[in-house]
Amino acid sequence: MRYSLLASLVLVLAVTSPALAVNPDEMLKDPAQEARARELGKDLRCLVCQNQSIDDSDADLAKDLRIIVRERISAGDTDQQVKTFVVDRYGDYVLLKPPFKASTLVLWLGPFALFGGAVALFARFYRRRKAGAGLPAPAPLSPEEQRRLDSLLKESRQ
Amino acid sequence: MRSGLYMLPVLVFGVLALFFLKGLGLNPREIPSVLIDRPVPEMTLAPLPGRGDSRGLDTADLKGRVSVVNIYGSWCIACVQEHPYLVEIKKSGTVPIMGIDWRDDPVMGYAWLKKHGDPYERVGVDPPPGRTAVDFGVTGAPESFIVDKAGIIRYKHIGPITPDIWTRTLLPIIRELEKK
Repeated sequence: MRYSLLASLVLVLAVTSPALAVNPDEMLKDPAQEARARELGKDLRCLVCQNQSIDDSDADLAKDLRIIVRERISAGDTDQQVKTFVVDRYGDYVLLKPPFKASTLVLWLGPFALFGGAVALFARFYRRRKAGAGLPAPAPLSPEEQRRLDSLLKESRQ
Repeated sequence: MRSGLYMLPVLVFGVLALFFLKGLGLNPREIPSVLIDRPVPEMTLAPLPGRGDSRGLDTADLKGRVSVVNIYGSWCIACVQEHPYLVEIKKSGTVPIMGIDWRDDPVMGYAWLKKHGDPYERVGVDPPPGRTAVDFGVTGAPESFIVDKAGIIRYKHIGPITPDIWTRTLLPIIRELEKK
């Protein structure tokens, strides 16, 4: 009974594993080249669905790009050459991870700058508070108040 | 804290809100093309069977005058929408339009032109995996490119060409390029 339960669980998991967008007929014969194509496909955006990689997507254009990536690899391109080939046609947008360059400095460094700025602000705020600065200086006591204070202090001492 | 610093979150929110508000009006399909100001890709496309052409569309066809390259397919629904207007442009003789039948069964591609009208001077077939379309950086159909006399891509329009887009945006660019 226990074994049949386990077996059915294994069976269900096996059947429901995520379907591959990559069709068997698209795959390259050389497993090493196919692995490179899969890795590259994960970094390239499907221009139709936009938040999926071409490796994930069932869109026709993603399929075309998968085939073309494999053609480039078969032709002897390096990974970088394949990426350059696609970027030359679709721009940096096709890369799911934006490149680090002058026009993307704000994108990459912005969060760190914001965080640094926030830390600096807090540091300033706490330093001031610790020094008591920033709080209004107490008004001096009037002669009447001073007399009351003196009498109270005298009373407590007795 | 009297320095107005307490206004900072409101300010930051205001700036972000402006960006988001602008973002609402943007079309995520309109990805800026990197092919603007670059020569049209090299291509030698086969003719559409039945149309009676001895050859399809070559890179050389896009040189010597301003032209429009239009990506279509018989499977493309938005193409049905823009097509009557393309036929009208053809009748007016304003500018030659070249068609690329993308990711299509060429027989269907021709039947579709017979049904909806043929606005094209030349038509080339780009079967899957659509190498020429990828060279053009095509992300969907219909898409249209304005090519100048030297065969340089000068403008890309994503989506159907409407009379409004044609008269307000595309035609002025074509007129300007024809002057050069």
